[in-house]
Amino acid sequence: MAEHADHPAPAAHAAQAEHAGAVHAEMHHVNYVRIWQILLVLLVISVLGPMVGIQIVTLITAFGIAVVKAYLVAKNFMHLNVQPRFVVYLLGTALVFMLLFYAGTAGDVMKHSGDNWVKPDVVQAAPAPHH
Amino acid sequence: MRPIATTRSAAGLPTGLLAVWWVVASEIVIFGGLLGSYIMYRLAHDAWSEQAAATNVWIGAFNTFVLLTSSLTAVLAHQAAEHGDGKLAAKRLYYTCVGAATFIGVKAFEWTTEIQHGYTITSNTFWSFYYTAAGLHALHVIAGAILMLFVAADAAKGRELHRVELVGIYWHFVDIVWIFLFPLLYIAK
Repeated sequence: MAEHADHPAPAAHAAQAEHAGAVHAEMHHVNYVRIWQILLVLLVISVLGPMVGIQIVTLITAFGIAVVKAYLVAKNFMHLNVQPRFVVYLLGTALVFMLLFYAGTAGDVMKHSGDNWVKPDVVQAAPAPHH
Repeated sequence: MRPIATTRSAAGLPTGLLAVWWVVASEIVIFGGLLGSYIMYRLAHDAWSEQAAATNVWIGAFNTFVLLTSSLTAVLAHQAAEHGDGKLAAKRLYYTCVGAATFIGVKAFEWTTEIQHGYTITSNTFWSFYYTAAGLHALHVIAGAILMLFVAADAAKGRELHRVELVGIYWHFVDIVWIFLFPLLYIAK
């Protein structure tokens, strides 16, 4: 484990040493350069995929691969898989908040009319100039 | 005298590490809200695809490459710190800072070009989101680089090596945010 300037109490030290041991063991068997190479291959696919011009291919290669890349970084570089479970729950809770926010406001933003209401016309901004 | 904040055992983590995960969770809500809003408007307004057509996918891809590579050097710095090699950890953190500077330099060039072509934050809602999301992310890149310079300076002297992991986790999160910003702003046209 990396050197710590502070000197935790025995109970804290044991828990922290356990965590550090898990991270240290994980670092021994992960080939970081290989993970990076995989990430670069995925980047190339995510750029080339949309050039096919098929919407479903674009969605998979752009956003599906983004999820895979994020997973690889979180698991292998952030070592999320060897953190205490509550860390995963903490981050998961933040993601759920994001979904709640989305669900709570999407109706107003994405629908233009409903029962007894119609969204007033939006003044269109002037089209952006072209290159 | 032992600082009180470093003696907690309930979490099973060093307090600094716990704090970084807390920061990351908070940042998920911040960026998640921003990206969620973007997706919401993008799905509701087909005109956005036309407005997004002007972003340069190759510049975005290059900056993705830069950030992924800087994440590699950050985790290799952590690995060096785990082996107690402060000088090597510092060196790799400086490489990460070079990545951050490259990213910001490319971003400055990109924005200058776009503004010169008339695409400003007030052009339309797409460009407002574009500059807000990419700008907020760029601020995080700058903040991360500054933090890393401090951590690297200590690490080079063999001090506070545990901070290499902490700043690395923050940096990888900034990388993950860009991983999602890239397809949203540059590819989905």
